Amino acid sequence: MEKLLGEFSLGLFIFQTALFLLLLFLLKKYAWKPILGAVNEREEGIKNALESAENAKKEMENLQADNQKLLQDARLEREAMLKEARDLKNKMIEDAKGEASIQASKIIEQAQAAIASEKQAAIADLKSQVANLSVDIAEKVVREELSNKDKQLKLVESMLSEATLN
Amino acid sequence: MEIPVMVGAGLVVIGVGIGIGKIGGSAMEAIARQPESYGKIQTAMLIAAALIEGIGFAALFAVS
Amino acid sequence: MQRNRIIKLTTLFILTLSLFSCNLEKEDDATIAAKKAERKAYIQHHLQDSYDFNLFSYEKDNGEKAHIGFPLPVILWDDGLKVFSSSKFHHGETVAEVGDSFYKLDHGKIYKTDATGTISYDETHHATNVKPLDFSVTKGVVMIIITGLLMFLLFRGLARSYAKNGGIAKGVGRFFEPIILYVRDDIAIPNIGEKKYMKYMPFLLTVFFFIWFLNIFGLTPLGVNVTGNIAVTASLALLTFLLTNFTGTKDYWMHIFDPLGSSLPWYGKLILYPILIPIEVLGVFIKPFSLLIRLYANMQAGHIVLMSLIGLIFLFRTWMGGAMSFGLAFAISLIEILVALLQAYIFTMLSALYFGFAAEEHDHHEEAHAH
Repeated sequence: MEKLLGEFSLGLFIFQTALFLLLLFLLKKYAWKPILGAVNEREEGIKNALESAENAKKEMENLQADNQKLLQDARLEREAMLKEARDLKNKMIEDAKGEASIQASKIIEQAQAAIASEKQAAIADLKSQVANLSVDIAEKVVREELSNKDKQLKLVESMLSEATLN
Repeated sequence: MEIPVMVGAGLVVIGVGIGIGKIGGSAMEAIARQPESYGKIQTAMLIAAALIEGIGFAALFAVS
Repeated sequence: MQRNRIIKLTTLFILTLSLFSCNLEKEDDATIAAKKAERKAYIQHHLQDSYDFNLFSYEKDNGEKAHIGFPLPVILWDDGLKVFSSSKFHHGETVAEVGDSFYKLDHGKIYKTDATGTISYDETHHATNVKPLDFSVTKGVVMIIITGLLMFLLFRGLARSYAKNGGIAKGVGRFFEPIILYVRDDIAIPNIGEKKYMKYMPFLLTVFFFIWFLNIFGLTPLGVNVTGNIAVTASLALLTFLLTNFTGTKDYWMHIFDPLGSSLPWYGKLILYPILIPIEVLGVFIKPFSLLIRLYANMQAGHIVLMSLIGLIFLFRTWMGGAMSFGLAFAISLIEILVALLQAYIFTMLSALYFGFAAEEHDHHEEAHAH
């Protein structure tokens, strides 16, 4: 103990204390504060960057999910639209088919009616022709009879064979 | 210095040696058991060893 | 005295070794004893602070001693300020005459003496002459200034490189930045706490690098032993002590003067506290004192061991012994490099621990529930 005290030098002690305090003050002002500040800032920066990266990742995921949903919706809509179109097409075909058949039957009916009326007219015409022929024949016959009986008969006969009814 | 005082200081130093040895040994065992907490064990070991070491120095300087 | 014992033990060791080392040159006991004494004095001299910066000394052919180095100013307060160069002492060989007073070096201390330089000793071999108040710029002070300048330039450069390179260290700073971060993350924050550590960081960092650098300088051939000087370690420990107690919170003082708190009724305290409080108060002083002694003793012991091992080379004067002591000295040097860092770490660590005690704040409500 006494040796320790004997070795203790007050001058060195005072110099050391003063110099150390000066050094502490200078380093605190010019070194430690800027260094620790820079290090802290850097660490904050890294932390923030990581956080923002995490956030971006999350946002991306959200966006992707949204996209997926949108795509799904679009697909569904497209399918619905296609179905509607198909239905419409079928209906239109059905409708067209129905109308066409109605039209066709109408035309057929009209044609039949026309045919019938033509036939009627033809028959009426024939009837009048037959009547005229008969009158002509009768006239000729009457004339023949007047000249010859045989001839008359022959004539009727030939006339009749000539005038074939249709 | 008188012989008994020196012997006393020697005994203190022996005790301190045993103490620090035990701390070191236990720390090594602990590290072997849990290598992941190496840093914490080392710090605790150094503090304990330093405190015991202080006693040893106190004895030595009391003699001198 | 303790140092003498260490030296005695080492010399004993040396002597036993020299028994079976083949010493070719026969020397009589007197010369061996003289050489031993010389070596002892040399080691002793090295461990002390000195008034000149001596790089090395050698013996000239004519037996005269030559010293290479430079003198430093001696500043004394002895009936007025006296400033003179330490070259006046001629390495303790002559009496320095300043004005009408005379001073002489004896075992590294300045004593006031008369013109012939007589120094009287008491029965325990202590000089009884008057010691003037000594504020000299010694070798230690020079080294403190050099270390301070080095640290300032180094860390100022690091701080600047951060500003210049956008928060990234350049050059030597790359080596020191992880150490600064280590001090912050593994010494300050765990011991003091996230909230208050910033207040103590400048002191912890400065003390850590100051001790480390000076320890390393002590291992260089410059032969300085600043951290192994009791005045330096006492100053550092005193600063830790002051910082601890001036920043102490209410809880810190409560812990000293009311250690048991609400766990004991007042009549119990009346019996226990006369014992407990003195112990706690003593602890406040013992903590920095152990810091002081630890650093001092470790550095001192390291230097003694190293120098004794180097001294062995000159004692053996054999091929084997020289090689062996060199190997040993080399191994111890490597250990000393580790010890240099370790002691800086321990000092910083324990300072941080004490600051942690001073800065802690308990939550008393929770404690009350726990009891």
